[in-house]
Amino acid sequence: MASGITTTRQAEIPWQELDTIVPAESIRAAGPNDAIDGTMPVKVVTPGNELQISELLKWATGSGARVSVRGGGTKLGWGNLPGAVDLIVSTEKLAGLVEHAWQDMTVTVRAGTKIAVLQQQLREHGQRLALDALWPDRATVGGVIATHDSCPLRLRFGSIRDLILGITVVLPNGTIARSGGKVVKNVAGYDLPKLLTGSLGTLAVITEATFRAHPLPAEIRTLSFELDDLQAASKFMLAIANSTLVPTGLQLRLDSDQRPRVDVRFEGIREGVEAQSEAAQKTAGTAAISDVQSCWQGRESLWSGGSLSSVGRFSVLPADLTKAIGAIRDQLPSARIIAQSTGLGLFSAECESLDQMESAIERLRQDVQQLKGTLVLLSVPLELKKKLDVFGQPGDGYPLMVRVKQQFDSHGILNPGRFLGGI
Amino acid sequence: MDPGFVQELRAIVGEQGIILNPDELRTYECDGLTNFRVVPAAVVIPSRREDVQRVVQACSRHKVAFVARGSGTGLSGGALPVEGGIVISLTRLNRILEVDIPNARVVVEPGVINAFVTQEVAPYGYFYAPDPSSQSVCSIGGNIAENSGGAHCLKYGFTSTHVLGMEVVLPDGTVAHLGGATLDMPGYDLLGVFVGSEGTLGIATSITLRIVKRPEVVQTLLAAFNSTNEAGAAVSDIIAAGMLPAAIEMMDNLAIQAAEASVHAGYPNCGGLLLVELDGPAPEVDALMRNVREICTANGSWEIRLAQSEEERMAIWKGRKAAFAAMGRISPNYIVQDGVIPRTKLPEVMSEIRRMSDEVGLRVANVFHAGDGNLHPLVLYDRSIPGQEERAEKLSGDILRLCVRVGGSITGEHGVGEEKKHFMSEMFAEPDLDTMQLVRCAFDPQSLSNPGKLFPRLRLCAEKTGPYQPHPLEVAGVAQFF
Repeated sequence: MASGITTTRQAEIPWQELDTIVPAESIRAAGPNDAIDGTMPVKVVTPGNELQISELLKWATGSGARVSVRGGGTKLGWGNLPGAVDLIVSTEKLAGLVEHAWQDMTVTVRAGTKIAVLQQQLREHGQRLALDALWPDRATVGGVIATHDSCPLRLRFGSIRDLILGITVVLPNGTIARSGGKVVKNVAGYDLPKLLTGSLGTLAVITEATFRAHPLPAEIRTLSFELDDLQAASKFMLAIANSTLVPTGLQLRLDSDQRPRVDVRFEGIREGVEAQSEAAQKTAGTAAISDVQSCWQGRESLWSGGSLSSVGRFSVLPADLTKAIGAIRDQLPSARIIAQSTGLGLFSAECESLDQMESAIERLRQDVQQLKGTLVLLSVPLELKKKLDVFGQPGDGYPLMVRVKQQFDSHGILNPGRFLGGI
Repeated sequence: MDPGFVQELRAIVGEQGIILNPDELRTYECDGLTNFRVVPAAVVIPSRREDVQRVVQACSRHKVAFVARGSGTGLSGGALPVEGGIVISLTRLNRILEVDIPNARVVVEPGVINAFVTQEVAPYGYFYAPDPSSQSVCSIGGNIAENSGGAHCLKYGFTSTHVLGMEVVLPDGTVAHLGGATLDMPGYDLLGVFVGSEGTLGIATSITLRIVKRPEVVQTLLAAFNSTNEAGAAVSDIIAAGMLPAAIEMMDNLAIQAAEASVHAGYPNCGGLLLVELDGPAPEVDALMRNVREICTANGSWEIRLAQSEEERMAIWKGRKAAFAAMGRISPNYIVQDGVIPRTKLPEVMSEIRRMSDEVGLRVANVFHAGDGNLHPLVLYDRSIPGQEERAEKLSGDILRLCVRVGGSITGEHGVGEEKKHFMSEMFAEPDLDTMQLVRCAFDPQSLSNPGKLFPRLRLCAEKTGPYQPHPLEVAGVAQFF
């Protein structure tokens, strides 16, 4: 067993009962690769359907086993250190399309479906989920909902929160519940799809979701500009945002050794894309240096740092981007930054020591708070995670969030400790 | 009503902020849905946000139910008062608190009228996208309660897409901030849950809205067809061509007649009228509009008109937005429904509505957001003829059941409220409703905020501590524990 991995409560949990719920071949002992932030679970179960998940959760609630759900496992490190993990429920076998009502432009899909697989299926009818999630080949639909992973396309289409129409979940007491619907417009009942979006597996297990699909654009053009400095880059982005152009992506990239780059993307029919590209060139006052689309997946490279690196997500008002980026550069001079014009951004940085990283992050958090923004750490060394809440200080809505958690998961079996304020 | 409680209310809002006179209270007995009426015990009209909190605190202490009310234009009885409860009218909280153009945000109080937000930011080239037909009178607070849509939500999204943050008074009188000025505030998306909760989770007292840059051009086209089926086929082809119009609206002949009689919009007299609006960069809109014309012609449209000026465009919209009220010209009474269907079921559902309408001998006019399948069937009847109102209500209910049967929803933008609460069980199973109730119990364990709406039955939230004691209402069989 790797150092720092702790095993939890094995003796008290009646594991022998598991194979009365799921077939024996769906259960295995956990290995080092199953550890979540250094916490080693005991078992990994791969249920084949919703009913099995329902029975599993009932069993877990009764026996006190703490459950983490795993899709593609690409973002398992997001969140605070787990309070405990006994059982991992993998959604691997809960994959595939349930229905693509392509003429109605809606799609219902099981939670374990990979994003890239979903996109491939939608493409057959000239459609897409207007979402450019991180690691689409491995990330699952359920995981993207649970982490509310957001993307450059958000500028035009909103995040997954705006694309989700309906959801099926299993509650810790075994209840299988549906909310929302399969039509693009529906206000019947509370919007539980939104409540589940970004809930990091702490309220219920997501098993199925329905989304609004969008037509694939006839044409896509990306223009990357290199600008003199941060001020010029920010000015350009604000000018585009305040124009009648309708880009589907507008992002700023800042590497430690380069001048800032701004990527703009236009989609639609040729006439519109050409006219808008021309207008963007004029606004930039310089020719585009590249038209390569891969810049939109550049965020993934921020996770390639070493053991003393951190990745953070900040959110500020669009007009405060320059200030936020300046603050990041002040505290973490080596930081690489990719920021969207919506005010959301990611940075990665390396430090020489944990202490240096800790104090830099604390100062940075204060700076961002002064801008009325937030800073969430997505990847930090475990030693540092032990000392801080990756989400920062909760606001006055926190007591209500605790009450929501208590209502859904009164025994605290789902992903305990990982969410805001230790929920 | 307990005189001590009334005294407390008076102390908070002053003599000018409270209504107790039975005649004056009748103004508040219903909202835009007039066939349910309850006279409230009192109405308070606070002028300051902190007074809303103090009023709710008093309600919580005295266990008095309250119903928040904006402009009272709701069509599902969401602002219907509760027997023995008070109404908190938010019309005096009508200040626009902040306009932040560089960040495309506006902060408003809940009583601000929807259209005033656009008016405020129009000089800067921006608009507020959600545009319910009542936008010249309905309030932002009411829009939040219902998650209002409107003709342009096909492209721009609903109210929930455009609300970034809120200050809310929870039913226990505490204040919480949900969401914020920036995106993705850490924690559960309680903002997303609150929008569309129909006043059952508390009262929003300050709201941060996102505004949208006005498109370079807007073009609006009217196309006349012989039937709604032909018009519907054109809609399918437009969507299949990969277009996302700003709006696609459809009216049948009865609805056209009513609109003509009311506002003289100059609509062609046809069986199915399509209104298509495209917006965006000029070269794109020009090219796509040519495509729309071709599609309409190919599907049998015999008259196509493109609005040539902003005035012509406004006239086209005026007829559409006045369609509900215009029914008064052709029928003494009507019920408007709000069911949603998968768009492809339109021909099937339209002919079934016609069959049901013939069967009961009542006329049904149809006005709908064709792009997203949101129907607004208007069941016309005469209350003075014995039995007609009951038949109209039954027909209207049967249309909703039809929508659910084909995979749709009972409401696309008007909300469940009082009117459709019994239809929730047609759309959702008990476990689904139980799960929604968990949210209610987290926000409002005492069931004081607009109780009795939205869900088929009043349910009580179980106390988590202490031995179980049956509630008197449960013993009496009028409520069940959850």
